[in-house]
Amino acid sequence: MKIRSHHIGLLLLAMLFSVVAWGQQVTLSGRVVDTAKEPLPGATVFSKAKQTGTVTDENGAFSLVAEVGDVLEISFTGFKAHFETVGTATVLNIILEESKNYLEELVVVGYGTAKKKDLTGSVATVTANNFQKGQISTPEQLIAGKVAGVQITPGSGAPGSGSRIRIRGGSSLNASNSPLIVIDGVPVDNGGISGVANPLALLNANDIESFNILKDASAAAIYGSRAANGVILITTKSGGAGQFKVNFSTLNSVGFKTGAVDVLTGDEFRSVVNGYTGTIASSADRLLVGTGNTNWQEEIYRGAFTTDNNISFSGGIKRLPYRLSVGYLNQNGILLRDNLQRTSVALNLSPSFLDNHLSVKVNSKYAQTNSFFANQGAVGAAVYFDPTQPIYSGEQPFGGYFEWLNGAQPNFNAARNPLGLLYMREDKGNSDRLIGNVQLDYKMHFLPELRANLNLGMDQSWGSGTVFVPAEAASQANRGGTNNQYKQTRSNKLLEFYLNYAKEFEAIKSRLDFIAGYSWQDWKTESPSFPDLRADGTEFEPAGIDFATQNTLVSFYGRLNYSALDRYLFTFTLRRDGSSRFNPDARWGNFPSAALAWRISNEAFLRGSKVVSDLKLRLGWGTIGQQDGIADYGYQANYFYGDAAAQYQFGNEFVTVVRPQGYDANLQWEKTETQNIGLDLGLFDSKLSFSADFFIKNTRDLLAIVPVAAGTNFTNNLLTNVGSIRNQGLELALNTKVVSNAKFSLDLGVNATFILQNEITKLQLISDPNFLGADVGATGFNFVQKHSVGYRPSTFFLYKTVYDEQGNPIEGLYKDLDGSGTLGETDKRWYKNPEPNAYFGFTLSGSYEKLSFGCVMRSNVGNYMYNAVKAGAGIYQSIFPNQGYLSNAHRDILNTRFDNRQTWADYYLEDASFLRMDNLYFGYDLGAMGKSGMTARLNASVQNVFVVTKYSGLDPEIAGGIDNAIYPRPRVFAIGVNLEF
Amino acid sequence: MNNLKFSLLIICAVFLVDCTKDLDRTPENGLTADKLFANEAGYRSSLAKIYGGLSLTGNNGPDGSGDLGGIDEGFSSYLRNYWNLQELCTDEAVIGWNDQTIKDFHEMDWTPADNFLRAMYSRLFYQIALANSFIRESEDGVLSSRGISGSDADKVRAYKVEARFLRALSYWHALDLFGNVSFVTEEDAIGAFLPEQISRADLFSYIESECKAIEAELPAPKQNEYGRADKAAVWMLLANLYLNAQVYTGQAKYTEAITYSKKVIAEGGYALQGNYRHLFLADNHKSTEMIFAATFDGVKTRTWGGTTYLVHAPIGGDMQAADFGVDNPWGGLRTTSALVDKFSAGDQRANFQEAGQKKDIEDIGNFRDGFSIKKWSNKTTTGANGSNLTWVDNDFPIFRLAEAHLIYAEAVVRGGTGGSTNEALGYVNALRRRAFGNNNNDLATLTLPSIIDERAREFHWEGKRRTDLIRFNQFTTADYLWPWKGNVKDGRAVESFRTIFPIPAPEINTNPNLQQNPGYN
Repeated sequence: MKIRSHHIGLLLLAMLFSVVAWGQQVTLSGRVVDTAKEPLPGATVFSKAKQTGTVTDENGAFSLVAEVGDVLEISFTGFKAHFETVGTATVLNIILEESKNYLEELVVVGYGTAKKKDLTGSVATVTANNFQKGQISTPEQLIAGKVAGVQITPGSGAPGSGSRIRIRGGSSLNASNSPLIVIDGVPVDNGGISGVANPLALLNANDIESFNILKDASAAAIYGSRAANGVILITTKSGGAGQFKVNFSTLNSVGFKTGAVDVLTGDEFRSVVNGYTGTIASSADRLLVGTGNTNWQEEIYRGAFTTDNNISFSGGIKRLPYRLSVGYLNQNGILLRDNLQRTSVALNLSPSFLDNHLSVKVNSKYAQTNSFFANQGAVGAAVYFDPTQPIYSGEQPFGGYFEWLNGAQPNFNAARNPLGLLYMREDKGNSDRLIGNVQLDYKMHFLPELRANLNLGMDQSWGSGTVFVPAEAASQANRGGTNNQYKQTRSNKLLEFYLNYAKEFEAIKSRLDFIAGYSWQDWKTESPSFPDLRADGTEFEPAGIDFATQNTLVSFYGRLNYSALDRYLFTFTLRRDGSSRFNPDARWGNFPSAALAWRISNEAFLRGSKVVSDLKLRLGWGTIGQQDGIADYGYQANYFYGDAAAQYQFGNEFVTVVRPQGYDANLQWEKTETQNIGLDLGLFDSKLSFSADFFIKNTRDLLAIVPVAAGTNFTNNLLTNVGSIRNQGLELALNTKVVSNAKFSLDLGVNATFILQNEITKLQLISDPNFLGADVGATGFNFVQKHSVGYRPSTFFLYKTVYDEQGNPIEGLYKDLDGSGTLGETDKRWYKNPEPNAYFGFTLSGSYEKLSFGCVMRSNVGNYMYNAVKAGAGIYQSIFPNQGYLSNAHRDILNTRFDNRQTWADYYLEDASFLRMDNLYFGYDLGAMGKSGMTARLNASVQNVFVVTKYSGLDPEIAGGIDNAIYPRPRVFAIGVNLEF
Repeated sequence: MNNLKFSLLIICAVFLVDCTKDLDRTPENGLTADKLFANEAGYRSSLAKIYGGLSLTGNNGPDGSGDLGGIDEGFSSYLRNYWNLQELCTDEAVIGWNDQTIKDFHEMDWTPADNFLRAMYSRLFYQIALANSFIRESEDGVLSSRGISGSDADKVRAYKVEARFLRALSYWHALDLFGNVSFVTEEDAIGAFLPEQISRADLFSYIESECKAIEAELPAPKQNEYGRADKAAVWMLLANLYLNAQVYTGQAKYTEAITYSKKVIAEGGYALQGNYRHLFLADNHKSTEMIFAATFDGVKTRTWGGTTYLVHAPIGGDMQAADFGVDNPWGGLRTTSALVDKFSAGDQRANFQEAGQKKDIEDIGNFRDGFSIKKWSNKTTTGANGSNLTWVDNDFPIFRLAEAHLIYAEAVVRGGTGGSTNEALGYVNALRRRAFGNNNNDLATLTLPSIIDERAREFHWEGKRRTDLIRFNQFTTADYLWPWKGNVKDGRAVESFRTIFPIPAPEINTNPNLQQNPGYN
C-alpha cells in the first residue's frame, strides 16, 4: 500500500509539471545503471504520454525524443521502475534499484541478517502470512508441511502437546535429534519443563513473525556443537515506526474425535466370549461377562471448546518503536477434564540513540500456563475395558465406579474403569516461562562499517504442580491415594558479544562482511525432592535427593562473507565450542564450514532476462556437532546415594547405598559432516520460484549406548562415541503465483523431500558379523525394532507371517528364514521403517476480492507402523487373562482368532503412508468499519480435515512407528474475528 | 564514546578470562571418591551397595535408576535372573509369560543373543567391579592417605574382607553358569580395557584361594550383623564349590566338601527351623537356620525382582493374592508333574496349588496348566501381612543349614572321607522328620537317587536345581526327562553343551579376548 501511494504521489507531481511545460520537445540521452553503477542493457525507457519508448544498448545507453513534462518510465526486470519527468536537461543518467522482491527480503541467520539473494547456505524462511492457520497453540505447528526437509510430527491430541521436529532426518541414535531453537537470539532449552506438556507451548504463536530454518552445515555451523540437527531461528513481532495500532483477534473452536480404536461392542464381546471354544478360557471366565453395552471410547471423550484471544498494541513513540501483546488461551482437550490455560505477555522495544548509531532491542516474552492433565491412562483403559460392564457399580467403594475385584481389593492386573481414572485424579501443573534479552548494537562513530553487538539473554522457567488421587480410587487402592507436589526451576543465561565489519569496496566491486564473536551460555536445572504422600498426607515414601544439574558452553565464532561482482559469494564460518560436559582434554571442538554461491542470473548472458529472474547455484560443506542428550557430568567418576527404598539391611540398621556411576572419561560430541548442493531458480520476475537441495550427512562418533566389557565399568551399557550414520536426501520446493490480478490471486507451494539414504554404517567398537543390532521399539517387555548396521535406524525386525488359504495369519507359524528348523532371532528379518522414504507438503492460498482461502496438506510415503493395539488386544489371551477379569478385544480377533500374543508377527506391520489435510481456512475482509478507521476480518477454519491412508489404526502418524492407543488428534472447527484500528 | 568502547572491552576481557573456569562443573549432589570415602560411613554405604546388588536393581527402589542397561530394570535383578537360570530350565518351574526369550529356558534352546543371559552376566560382573573398586579404595595405603585410622580403619578392613567374599560368591555363580568367563580383580582399574578370559578350573582355584584367605578374617558364625557374611557363609561357599568340583574341574573334592559342611553343622550354632514353611515367609530373617541371605524389605529394600517376583509370579488362576499378603497376582510361574510326583503324602514341604490348576501341562502359556507352588508368601509366621502389599519382606536364603546337611550326606555317599554314613543318614532324616512331623518316613539307607530327590523336595524353587541336575548328569541327558524338557511334551535329551550357558553375544562382540563356550558358535 505504501509503495502504491508513493507512486501515486510521483504521478501527481509529474502531472503537475507536465501542465506547466507542455509541448516543448527535447532529445534526451543517457545511461541506465544499477546501484553498483553497472550498466543495465535492455532496460526499457518509455514515454507514457506518447506511448513510445526505446531499449538501452549493451552499455546501458539510450536516446529518445520526448516533450517537457512527459513522464518516462524506466524499467528493467528485477528492478524497481523509475519515473522521471522530462525537464530541460538533455542528459539523463538513471540509477535503478533492484526491486524489493523476495530476493531482497532480509533473512535472519545466526548472529545477523542477510538478504535472501546473498545466502550461500540452505536456509528456509516462513513468515507470518504463510503460517498454518487455525487454532494452533504450539508454535512449531505453524510451519508443518511448509518447508522441504523439515518434518513436524504432531504429538497427541492433548492440549499443548509438543511435536517431534526433524530437520533432514535424524542423525543420532541415543542423543537428541531435535534442532536447536533460538528465539530472538536466545538459544533456548530443549528440555521439558515440569507442569506443562511442551515447553514450546509457552510461546504464543500469535507473537511470532518468522521462522528461519538453517538446514545445512554452512548455514548452521555458526552454532557449532549444537547445530547438527539444524537450527530454527524464531523471530517475534516488533513494533514499527509510525502510528499507534491495535490488533485484536479472537478465535473460538470446538474439536471432536475423528474415530476410535476398533474394539468389540458389548453384544459382540458377549458372543465372542460365549462362543470361544479354545483352551485358554476357563468356565469361570465365561461367567464374568456382563449384560451391559458400554462404549468406553464414547464415554471418555467430548467436544472440546477452545478460545484464543489476543490483543496487541504497536507503534512508535518518537524513536521508540514498541509492541505489546497480551494473549489468553483456554483450550479443552477432547479427553474429559483435560485443559490448558495460558496467559502470555510479550513486549518488544526497539529504540535507537546517538543518531541511530546505537540501536537497542528489548524482547521479553512471558507466559504462564495452568494445566489440568487428564489421566491419559484412560485412553488405553477405554480400549481394553470390558464393554459389557456398566460405568457405575451402584455401590460405594472406588467412588462408585465399576471395577474388577479380587476379594475386596481391585484386581490390580485388570484395566481400571476409564471414568474412574479420569474423575479420581486431580493432576494440576503450573509453569511460568520468561524468555528475554537486551541487544545493544553500536555502529562506531569513527568507523560506521564496524558494529559492536552485545546480547544479554535469559530463559527462565518455573514449573510446579500437584497430584491428588483420593484414597478410595481403585487405581491406588494399594497405597491409599496420592497427595504430591513437584517443583522445578530451569535457568538459562546467555552473554554474547560480537564485532561486525561490513564494507563495500567499489573499486573491486566487492563486499566484505566479517563477524567475530564470543558467547557464554549456562543452563541449570534444579528440582527439590518431595516425599511421596498418601491422600491423607501420611508419608508413603520419604523425599529422595534434590536434583540439580548444570552445564556451560563457551564459544568463539567468526564468519566471513565475501561477494564479488554481485555474482560470486563466499562464506566461511568457524566456531570453537567448549563444553563443561566433557573432560578438559576433550572439551574443545572446532566446527568449520565453507560455502560458495554463484548468482548465475547476474551474469551478462542472463542479465535482464524476461524469463529467468534469479538463478543461483550453492555449494556448501561443514562440520557441526551435537551434544544434546549427554548427561552433564558424564565423563566424571562420581558416586550417588540411593533413595530410601533402596537401602540394605545390616543387622537392625538399614544402610543407604551409594553407587559409583559408570562413565566414559573420553566422551565427545557427535560430529556431522554435511555437504550440500543447492540451486535456486526464479522465473518470470519470481512469479515462480524453485529450489533444489541435495545433501549428504555423515555423522560419526555417534553417541550410542553400547555394551562395555564386563567388569571394566560400573555399568554394562555405556554412552560412548562409537557409531556412524549416513544420510542423503533431496529437497525440492516450488512456489508459484498461479494467478495474480487485482481480483483474484492463487498461490501454490509444493515441497518434497526424498530420503535417498539413511543408514547406520557402524554401531560397535569391534564389528561382528553375527551382531544383529541393538533392540529398540519397546512394546511391553519386548522389542520390535533394531538399530542395525546397513539399515535405517529403528528398522522393524519381525517374523514373516504365514497365512492360511483364506488369507488369515496362522498363529505361531512363521517362515523359517534361516532354514534351521527352529524359530529364533535369525528367522526375523529387517523389513520396513517407521520413517517415510519421502514426504511432501502442499500449500494453496488465494483470494478472490475480499474472500481469502487456503489449505495445507502433508503426505508421508513409505512409513510403516506396528499396530501394537491390534497385537495386544486382538487375541483371546487379552479377553481371558485367567486372572478374574475380562478385557475387550480388537475386532481383528475375528480375523486372526489368535489365542496368544504374536508380538513379532509382521502381520501387525502396516503401510502407514498418508495424505493429510492439516488445515482448510477461509477469511473475509470486511474492510473499514464506519468512520472509526477500524478494519475487520472474519475467518473460519478446520484442522485435521481428513486423512487418506491404508493404515487400519486410528492415526497413521505416530512418531516412532509403534501405535499403542494414542490420545486421538481432534478435528477442530474454528471461527474468529480480527480487528485492527 | 570512548567510555562505551572501553566498557565493552572490559566486559569482553572479564568473560574471556573467566569463561573457561565455568567449564569445570561438578555435580552438586554427587560425590567424588575422596569426598565419599573421607570417613567410615562412606565405606559402609559403599559396602551396602555391593550386598544390595544381590537384592536391589538400582539406586531407587523399586526402579527408576537402574544399575544396568539394555533390559527392563525388574528383569535385571541378580536373584531373579539367577533363580530363572537355575529353575526355569529344570523340572521345577515353567513360566507362562512371553517376555522376550523367557520361554527358551524351559525349552532348553537358549542362544548367545539371549538378553536374560546377558543381564545375568552383566549383573555378576557389576558386583565384581563394585567389589574390586571397594577393595582398591580400602587398601591400607589409601586409608592412611585419607586419615582413616584406629577403629574406623579396622571396620573398613572388615568391610574389605566381606567385599572379597561377595566377589567370590559372584565368581562362583559365574563359574557355575558360564564356565569360562572374563576375569578382573582389584588390580584392574575402571576404564576401557579388555579383560582376559579365565578357564573354569583356574577360576575354581582363584575362588578357593580367596575363600581360604578370608576365612580367618571373617567374624565367627552369627557374630556379624544379620545380612552380612561370616565364617559360616564362606564355609558354605567352599562346601558348594567342593561338592561340584568334579563338574567344575574334573577332579572330585568330596572330602573337602565334608570338611566344610561339617564345620557349618558343628561350629555354626545354627538350628533347623521348626516349621519348614516358615523359612519362606515375610519374617524369615528371624529363622535359626539362615546362614546367609539376600535381604528384602517392603518399604526399605524394594525391587521387582528377588522375592517380590517369587511371591507374585506363582499367583494366578483361582489363587487370591490377598492370601499371600500381596496386592496382585502376576500369573506366571508353575511347576511340572515331575516335581509334584516326588512328594509322598504327609510331606509338609509339598505346598501346591491344585484347585483351578491341571497337573499336566498342555500349554505352558496357560497359567492353569501345571500346579502352582505356594512356598513363597508375604505373610508372617503369625499370618499378618508383610510391611507392604506390593514389595515383600521375605529374605532369600542363599545358604541355610539344611544345605550343609545334604552336602555332607551327598559327599559321604560319593566317597568323600572324614564323615560317616550314619551321621549322613541322621542329617537327611532330620530334614525328613521336620517335613513329616514324625520319624515314620525316615530313610534307612542313602543312595544318590534318594539324595537328589531329597534335594528337590527340600530346596525346590530356591535356585539350586540346575546345578544339582548337572552334578547328577541328568540335566541334558535322557537319564531323566521331565515335561516339556527340550520343548516336547514328554521331554527329550538336549545337547550336552547346555550344561553351561553361552557367554552372552554382546560380551563376545565387545571383548575379542573371550572365546565362546563350546557348542554355541
